[in-house]
Amino acid sequence: MNRPDLLDGFRDRRLAAALQRRIAERASRLPRTPLTLMEVCGTHTVAIARFGLRRLLPPAVRLVSGPGCPVCVTDAGFIDAACELARRGMVLATFGDMLRVPGTAGSLAEARAAGGDVRVCLSPLAALEWARGEPGREVVLIAVGFETTTAPLAAVVARAAAEGVRNLSLLTACKTMPAALDALLRAPDVTVDGFLCPPHVSAIIGAAAYRPLAAAYRRPLVVAGFEPLDILDGIDAVLAQAGRGAGEVENRYTRVVHENGNPVAQALVRAHLEPEDAAWRGLGVLPGSGLRLRPAFAAWDARVRHGIEVRPGKPAAGCRCGDVLRGRLDPGECALFGRACTPASPVGPCMVSAEGSCAARYRYDRAPADGAPSHNGRTGRRKNGRQKR
Amino acid sequence: MKGEAILLDHGGGGRLSRELIEAEILPRFGRGPLAGLPDGASLTSRMRRLVFTTDAYVVQPPEFPGGNIGHLAVHGTVNDLAVCGARPRWLSLAMILEEGLPLALLRRVLDGVQAAAADCGVAVVTGDTKVVPRGACDRLALCTAGIGEALPGFRLGPPRIRPGDAILVNGPLGDHGVAVMAAREGIGIAGAPRSDTGPVHRLVAALGELAGQAAFLRDPTRGGLAAVLNEAARAARREVRLDEAAVPFSAGARAVAGLLGLDLFSVASEGRLALFCRAGAADAILARWRRLPEGRGAARIGEVARGRTGRVVLATVAGGERILDVPEGELLPRIC
Repeated sequence: MNRPDLLDGFRDRRLAAALQRRIAERASRLPRTPLTLMEVCGTHTVAIARFGLRRLLPPAVRLVSGPGCPVCVTDAGFIDAACELARRGMVLATFGDMLRVPGTAGSLAEARAAGGDVRVCLSPLAALEWARGEPGREVVLIAVGFETTTAPLAAVVARAAAEGVRNLSLLTACKTMPAALDALLRAPDVTVDGFLCPPHVSAIIGAAAYRPLAAAYRRPLVVAGFEPLDILDGIDAVLAQAGRGAGEVENRYTRVVHENGNPVAQALVRAHLEPEDAAWRGLGVLPGSGLRLRPAFAAWDARVRHGIEVRPGKPAAGCRCGDVLRGRLDPGECALFGRACTPASPVGPCMVSAEGSCAARYRYDRAPADGAPSHNGRTGRRKNGRQKR
Repeated sequence: MKGEAILLDHGGGGRLSRELIEAEILPRFGRGPLAGLPDGASLTSRMRRLVFTTDAYVVQPPEFPGGNIGHLAVHGTVNDLAVCGARPRWLSLAMILEEGLPLALLRRVLDGVQAAAADCGVAVVTGDTKVVPRGACDRLALCTAGIGEALPGFRLGPPRIRPGDAILVNGPLGDHGVAVMAAREGIGIAGAPRSDTGPVHRLVAALGELAGQAAFLRDPTRGGLAAVLNEAARAARREVRLDEAAVPFSAGARAVAGLLGLDLFSVASEGRLALFCRAGAADAILARWRRLPEGRGAARIGEVARGRTGRVVLATVAGGERILDVPEGELLPRIC
């Protein structure tokens, strides 16, 4: 019963304090501050908030959240297309966190309330089962995600093809992470000094996938795990590189991520999907940043099979999720945050998904309800901290 | 008894109804006020103040590691009385059964009610049984109401919470919710927790002459510890500060919760209580609790601060700090 948890070692308070001191020391010797560090992955964003790690960092280190929540970067026009398929009477299979994301005209949850057959699946293979079990109906899998999710989606197509299941198709919005990082590094209005690379994506594509970016832009790109010490260690590694003016790929998550990733998953994806230009909420259309089914598998491509067109959508008025996703705006700095936009009634995607940076900030790090939203999630709380002592 | 499943006629008021009551209810609960099956129970109490509560139970699956819906229907109501500072005395039991319900399952559930009631020292004194057509309910639903006698010395409620108060719990949190979810999802991993379903009235009674030192009591059921603490903090307009490292969770619950992406602070317990008490009494209460089996894992997990924020602030295991919020809406499975 009281066996130590395997993860306890990665959450140790004393080791965290030691890393905190080392980070503070390195930060004090940085040539240029503040240093802006982007955690790209939504699960990192949540872990940082859930373990209160911002509090352990010196003011010279600024953490911003990147476009690594697949729900958040999915364009409003894609949601509109999915809702249209629901209206046409098809069975829609979707991951749960897509349900409440607003499109231009409503969300999948609203399409369901209006009578659409929208079902939540835990595994994309559930869509295959539904298609097999209801041969008279068309099942459309809402295929959203980064490399981590794309491999299992490719596996669904492989199985459907092998079994001859014809009433299943995928509405794809699959995206590739290196393309997004490239766009951020290229953009003149985004200044990120270093990255914590997404761990699960890295497990698929390998640390090697970031080497061209490091060579082109000379920024530290550190692969770090999800536990508090993993994250602090990753931040420490970015600072160490910044201190000596380096900009390299560094894999600090070797217990999961290998230099060349998962070759089986990569082959599965390559065999079934090919690059396309993709629209990212907040980043716009990025050339070659998406994946769509190859022509050989067009029979399982919902866009081909059902003649549905995905047009770029318009974000809600006043919503600045685009700036948040590019690390230009802190969630607490958005005028809607915590007022017009809350998890109970979200305006933008960053507040909808549990992994969105606004939702994480709201849930774990917001100022008291009667006070103004906190700047960097810090001001309000620090004041209270002082009152107490 | 004819057949081995519940029929609509078992709820029809005729011969089968009578047989069901005579075979399954009276042998278990027929002594005391239920004898002779009057329409209502006559009760006598010398106490001037009584506490009355009711709750409905619809857990799926109805049987889970550590108990069944019968245990739960007793413990839930007994605990609601206990955290009001009362000694539980009498229960009602209403059952809604789905046509076709296996009689064997009903017997195990009634055995659960009987065993839990005996353990809690409460009598089931009145009840009702209805049978609904197949599909009109999911196997069975129970409803219990309970009456307890107020224990002397307790004055409980958020207004009594003061800065400096200590917060205690009697054992690991969230085992019940995790056990039920693991059973529902068919996650059969070694070391998965058993439900903590159990009574807390002995822990309340154990306060004895320290009752006046208690400010607020709650059982962290739906919404878990997060809901209880936020309710208290908001109502008292105080800041509650928790030390994450001091909050007890079982290794099994942590493992399954990690796998399912559950936040254990928001997961239900059914045999736990959270107590706000004067700091000076905390050690004495902990010592008394730890002498009881249901209090062996008792721990002091936090305190009430001066700030008027109405929030719960958690000092995390990693040495950081964050808000502990109430869960919003239905929890949805995520992409990755």
